[in-house]
Amino acid sequence: MKIGTKFYPLFGVLGLVVVWYLGVLSEIVDPILLPSPGQTLAAIYNGMVGGELLFDFLRTIERTAYSILIASVIAIPLGIFLGSSENLYRSVEFVVDFFRSTPASALFPLFLVIFGVGDQTKILVASFGAALVILFNVAYGVMNARETRLLAAKVMGASRFRVLTDVMLMESMPQTFVGLRNGVSLALVIVIVAEMFIGSVDGLGYRVINAQMLFQMPDMYAAIFVSGALGYGFNLLFLTLEKRFVHWSGK
Amino acid sequence: MQVKPIEQRDADYLMDDAHVTIRGLSKKFGDVVIYDNFDFDIPRNKITTVFGPNGCGKSTIINMIADLMPRDAGEILINGKPVRETRIGYVFQNYREALFPWLRAIDNIRYPLQFLNLSKAEQKQRVDKLVEYFGVKIDLNRYPYQMSGGQQQLVSIMRSLVVEPEVLFLDEPFSALDYEMTLMMRDQLQKVFMETKTTMVLVSHDLEEAIYLADWVLLLSRHPAQVADFVNFDLPRPRHADSVIDPHFVEVKASCLETFQREVRKG
Ligand SMILES: Nc1ncnc2c1ncn2[C@@H]1O[C@H](COP(=O)(O)OP(=O)(O)O)[C@@H](O)[C@H]1O
Ligand SMILES: [Mg+2]
Repeated sequence: MKIGTKFYPLFGVLGLVVVWYLGVLSEIVDPILLPSPGQTLAAIYNGMVGGELLFDFLRTIERTAYSILIASVIAIPLGIFLGSSENLYRSVEFVVDFFRSTPASALFPLFLVIFGVGDQTKILVASFGAALVILFNVAYGVMNARETRLLAAKVMGASRFRVLTDVMLMESMPQTFVGLRNGVSLALVIVIVAEMFIGSVDGLGYRVINAQMLFQMPDMYAAIFVSGALGYGFNLLFLTLEKRFVHWSGK
Repeated sequence: MQVKPIEQRDADYLMDDAHVTIRGLSKKFGDVVIYDNFDFDIPRNKITTVFGPNGCGKSTIINMIADLMPRDAGEILINGKPVRETRIGYVFQNYREALFPWLRAIDNIRYPLQFLNLSKAEQKQRVDKLVEYFGVKIDLNRYPYQMSGGQQQLVSIMRSLVVEPEVLFLDEPFSALDYEMTLMMRDQLQKVFMETKTTMVLVSHDLEEAIYLADWVLLLSRHPAQVADFVNFDLPRPRHADSVIDPHFVEVKASCLETFQREVRKG
């Protein structure tokens, strides 16, 4: 019974494949638009083992990783700084919320004018979007630090600075990881959109749109699935890091 | 404001060799007056327990003494010095929110030592001595969330004692524990007191506990809080389960209860 539950997710996958096959066999969908699962799998295999898809996959990882790195380096310290004073955060809260609600894609033209059509624009727009998400979460994590813990540190003789580094920082970690996970999914979305439309010659977004224009449907599906796997992988990676570094979260 | 010279003292709860002196203390929350020109002395090397109606200002006063809460007026000195210049310990009621869950129990206990000027060897010696006092049988390499409530509060108390504080404050430290654990913890605390003679101020909402642990029981009235009574209880230590049926205990308890009921009805 216990071993069985571990395999439950497989039923969903199996179900999807069956429906997909039925769709292909019954020709409900034009066979040109919907290749069979086998064809798609073959396209993924050929693309990822020595094919171009692997290269695009790595390019997208690289851009997303840079974005999240830049976003973290800016947003985490800034979030701690803003969150450590409630009044300070209240004064910038509207601005942060406003830009957090602005679709990052609307900023492409502006960033294009400033940074040109190279990698910089894609990475920076993604960083911008992710940074606001991270900033918001870090600041909230710091502001919601348990009052008792702050007092405990103070009464033990910790200076204001040590209270910040020893307690507030640690207290904000669970919320920081929430921000990082949301930030990385947003960064991936932005990077892929940018790769589709902004003078790209590589990346998963480029691969999807290119296959579509050339009408190589199995390749397009392959690129879509690999993008999905990448998003899932990023999420898993951050969940694992979270378990490792924020072991006390929720306990 | 200066501490009054002894000859000017009128109330019998102001004493010569006080450890903590409180003079002219005032505190308001909005329009609610909690303390108004309050004077009190806390005796040295004794356990003083604080008992009074809910919301009368028990937590407020120890928080002000410990400088965790600002006061509106008045002076509080520990051994003649401001709190900032003394080492104190504080045990919170909510141990779950007072310990650092990212540190192992042993590292929680060591945490305050870094703020003293001690060598590594001295630090280790402090911790070892403490572990010995308490006869700790629990695994201190675990994280707080892996421990029972009683064990966590024990770690909290050890963390507050490791700096060898001049005064230890405890705000309803056992009220979140089950009864059996509470009885054990009272005796642990009493044992430590007998070993170290650390001046302690313990707030309790349980009159029996307040008397059981006390050398002195401070009974507060409804706010604005005043000293309803300051009762000496000198049954020799160690006290044990049977102490609560000792005639002296019963007598003190009856007297405290009467004062308490009079003060509560007054409101
Ligand atoms: N931070 C605060 N702001 C406003 N009112 C408070 C605050 N802290 C305590 N009070 C009020 O002051 C009174 C005394 O509080 P407290 O000292 O916590 O009571 P207790 O004797 O039960 O420990 C209560 O009526 C409480 O509601
Ligand atoms: Mg209280």
